[in-house]
Amino acid sequence: MRFFDEMHVSSAQVRDHYTTYDRWLGRQPREQMRSRREEAEMIFRRVGITFAVYGDKDEDGSGTERLIPFDLIPRIIPSHEWKEMEKGLRQRVTALNRFLDDVYHGQEILKAGVIPAEPVLNNAQFRKEMMGLNVPGGIYSIISGIDIVRACNPDGSGTYYVLEDNLRVPSGVSYMLEDRKMMMRLFPDLFAEHRIAPVAHYPDLLLDTLRTMAPGGVNEPTAVVLTPGMYNSAYFEHAFLAQQMGIELVQGQDLFVKDDFVYMRTTRGPQRVDVIYRRVDDDFMDPEVFRKDSTLGVAGLLRAYRAGNVTLANAFGTGIADDKSIYPYVPKMIEFYLGEKPILQNVPTHICREPDALKYTLDNLADLVVKEVHGAGGYGMLVGPAATKAEIEDFRKVLIANPSNYIAQPTLSLSTCPTFVESGIAPRHIDLRPFVLSGKEVRTVPGGLTRVALKEGSLVVNSSQGGGTKDTWVLES
Amino acid sequence: MLNERIERHLPPHVIDGAAGRGRPTPHLETKPMLSRTADHLFWMARYMERAENTARLLDVNYQTSLLPQSSESAMAGWRGMLSISELSADYAKKHPEINARDVLTYMVSDASNPSSILNCLRAARENARAVRVALTTEVWETMNQTWLEFNRLVKSGALAKDPAELFEWVKFRSHLSRGVTLGTMLQDEAFYFQRIGTFLERADNTARLLDVKFHSRNTEFFGSGVGNEGKEIDFYHWSALLRSVSAFEVYRKVYRNVIRPEKVAELLILRAEMPRSLVYCMNEVENNLISVANDHSHDTLRRAGRLRADLQFARIDEILATGLHAYLTQFLDRVSDLGFGISRDFLMPA
Repeated sequence: MRFFDEMHVSSAQVRDHYTTYDRWLGRQPREQMRSRREEAEMIFRRVGITFAVYGDKDEDGSGTERLIPFDLIPRIIPSHEWKEMEKGLRQRVTALNRFLDDVYHGQEILKAGVIPAEPVLNNAQFRKEMMGLNVPGGIYSIISGIDIVRACNPDGSGTYYVLEDNLRVPSGVSYMLEDRKMMMRLFPDLFAEHRIAPVAHYPDLLLDTLRTMAPGGVNEPTAVVLTPGMYNSAYFEHAFLAQQMGIELVQGQDLFVKDDFVYMRTTRGPQRVDVIYRRVDDDFMDPEVFRKDSTLGVAGLLRAYRAGNVTLANAFGTGIADDKSIYPYVPKMIEFYLGEKPILQNVPTHICREPDALKYTLDNLADLVVKEVHGAGGYGMLVGPAATKAEIEDFRKVLIANPSNYIAQPTLSLSTCPTFVESGIAPRHIDLRPFVLSGKEVRTVPGGLTRVALKEGSLVVNSSQGGGTKDTWVLES
Repeated sequence: MLNERIERHLPPHVIDGAAGRGRPTPHLETKPMLSRTADHLFWMARYMERAENTARLLDVNYQTSLLPQSSESAMAGWRGMLSISELSADYAKKHPEINARDVLTYMVSDASNPSSILNCLRAARENARAVRVALTTEVWETMNQTWLEFNRLVKSGALAKDPAELFEWVKFRSHLSRGVTLGTMLQDEAFYFQRIGTFLERADNTARLLDVKFHSRNTEFFGSGVGNEGKEIDFYHWSALLRSVSAFEVYRKVYRNVIRPEKVAELLILRAEMPRSLVYCMNEVENNLISVANDHSHDTLRRAGRLRADLQFARIDEILATGLHAYLTQFLDRVSDLGFGISRDFLMPA
């Protein structure tokens, strides 16, 4: 299989937007790169930029904190590509929000038969509690992370595809910001030689977006970040964002609902909370409505939400729009709501609940990636080309038993980017997660988080499975 | 001339020094903080202070144990160390006898001893991690780095190699964490609750130290009668106590006299200029409590004020007349009550 190399046209020729970097890289002694990498690791450790791996232990059995490996070689995106991608992101996220508003109100798109009603209404991610509830500005997914990969075309060119939408609690933006800070610290000269679009204002945009989404009539809204706590895998990011925005990082126990208003417990008594940027899944948010055993949320939150006294970012029930069973219909949503052609492409997807698609999938298991529609983090999937015969046959049984639980896609030849690994500089597969903020307007910061599969040949970029990150540069023209 | 000109341009609260320290600008709003955050900050500061005081105590016992003395009196020192921290029973479960090596290991790096320096630094760092949002980057990195580095030191055998150096290191990391806090943190509630934690813990630790050191000389100390002073062994005993709270030079400076136990007690209980004395600690606790006072903290403030006033107007001969041990026991009870009150009013409101 051919891969699109982000840096090289051929082994002899470097792409235009990488020429300056390539020259610079050629001047760096290998030893120096190695010591820079050690320096980066030491700083990440000291600053505490770690994530927790569930069920994992250090050698001495104590901590579970891991560093996400950081790669020194940036992923560079030329200006014109970013401009196009950004347009596509706005369009896609706008349509997804329109879909959410529709699905929790008139359900026009289901009535029109553009999307079958069954996978929507019988979906665990569809929250009937949200029916008829009006959220500020009709914006459900205020913070969205859209995963994008670039695959190789037969003629050698590359095409960006949206691999999946993340509209619940997308994470990773802190790594985008910390990676940039680290690169500027390690290689200031590179930033003098390139015109790299800055990203450091993301927390400012986020705070502004959260504040403008406050319930009507609140002048100086109080926004907070709600975290499950310090043992959550993304705790660093929760703390980081709260700190960068200068707002409180709260846990469920810090909040309570009284007379349909949300308050936090402070040293000077209860204080009203208007906007909650929550990093807790729907299921755990309100024990009165969702999981009764949850201590991570706030009892009565849905009541306050329905009364219009608090804004949740993101809203309950956004999962219905990023569910893998709904993903194949996003291009149709764009046409339905916006009357536009999709700018960003979907990966061609076979919906196994449809008999023809199931037959095709079963016939081609060895070539396809089959995903559980509700799965996340790279679990519960079959990567055909990488699986053994026995694994494929086992998966076949699982698939036949419950076809509507799966979708299948061609194995995408994720693009590669040169990466500094033990053996030297070698190509590794990457993806991209740009972050999209929807408030009064839809905004992004240039680029996003580039994740890299550090294992040779691996296509799994998730940090829980040995993925690392790279700084992502959008070059200004 | 130059000074005169500068002074005229300074706002009044800078000129009147300590009284204006950290006073908020009256017309600007300040935000309340989460009770849970205050709780973590309070305990972060307490654990760091406890780590420092444990290091001080171990250090002084270790130094004393290098003096020529009977093994019985050396053991008494280590036994006192364990009883200060109320750990004698737990220690006995793990170690058949009391000796320097076992006690040091137990108090420094034993992960199963909740009061070991290792666990104090871990707790300080975990509390910091839980509220890193409320800390400046420098404060957080100091706490984090202290924990990481201490582990490295322990693993590399630093305790066996040179205990004194390890204790010195712990002390200086604690100095650093306080200094970084003072130098970088906004002087708002987050700062005040850390200060309350620091000084409540220090008051507790100084009182315990006094109690055990005086206790090991006599069953109950009512002051030394005339002619009972000047023994060499006493000099080392009291000077060790002073050194453990960095007060040896201070004592000389204040009294310009030989070391006498009454004066040692006076210095560490009643001297308001001495930063580890009980009255100094209670002054700090009270002042910082006043800065965070809320609608239901009246009684806690009253108790803090009364405890401070009792110290402020006390005389050492009166204290000794009733017996030092009884006095300190009662003091520790009141400090502990105050801790409960602070928790109830600010840190864990119903």
